[in-house]
Amino acid sequence: MDQEYKPFEKQPAKEPAEPERTKNVKVFRPKVDIYETQETIVLTADVPGVDENSVDIILDKNVLKINGTVEQTEAQGRSLYYTEYDVGDYQRNFTLSEDVDREKIEATVKNGVLRVVLHKAEPVKAKKIAIKAG
Amino acid sequence: MFGPGIWRRGIMTDMFPEMMRFQKEMNRFFSGLTQEYDQHYPPINVWVGEDDVLIRAEIPGMDPDKIEITTKGDLLYIRGSREPETLGEGCRYHRRERGYGRFSRTLQLPFKVNQDKVEAGYEKGILQIVLPRAEEDKPRKIVIKSE
Repeated sequence: MDQEYKPFEKQPAKEPAEPERTKNVKVFRPKVDIYETQETIVLTADVPGVDENSVDIILDKNVLKINGTVEQTEAQGRSLYYTEYDVGDYQRNFTLSEDVDREKIEATVKNGVLRVVLHKAEPVKAKKIAIKAG
Repeated sequence: MFGPGIWRRGIMTDMFPEMMRFQKEMNRFFSGLTQEYDQHYPPINVWVGEDDVLIRAEIPGMDPDKIEITTKGDLLYIRGSREPETLGEGCRYHRRERGYGRFSRTLQLPFKVNQDKVEAGYEKGILQIVLPRAEEDKPRKIVIKSE
């Protein structure tokens, strides 16, 4: 809670102005595992409530953005009794190193776990530079 | 933070998970991390209806067959294990934030459960259990006879 909500008072704006989300829902930072194999970098993220239609993976220059939206599901006439977790969207960005093949990124979602496989780009072959005698 | 608006319903339901999280962290801190089972995982939300209880739990990445749900009287047990991914040769972790291991939770429900009609589903990493109230436990209206 940044500031108390007073319905009839003007709120001071933040300086500098930050872009805000239009939807007033909480945003969570999913927990991730990232590991590297010989050819790939694999990212797995816990995003319960997200399926393949509600997750966006955007590669903007060398920033990998993960955005997941979760719909609030109603409990048909029942009243909330006890809570330990909140429902909200997921958002997290990663800066990739340059050696990732941008064309070959695979992503799957299964049982609320997002898995992104990034293939490493072909290593630039070492080139021997011949030195000419002057 | 503690202005007059705090008791508005919306704000309180927002604060409650924060407080529970804090309590959980403290319990974990004092328990010495030697527990065989994680007794606070998975996090749950509980809704109570007239004749049933709805429980949702966030357990991403589980095989539904590996989640064990049992009921006894007014108790509900959720047990299972989140397996770590086995990496091949020459793999190394950059980040490892997701937890794994065995968990076991026991919940006491507000009434006895009709064990034959408990329904559980697992979708998108969320476990949902509907537990109807046992017939013999339902309140019965007593008719007053007038002579």
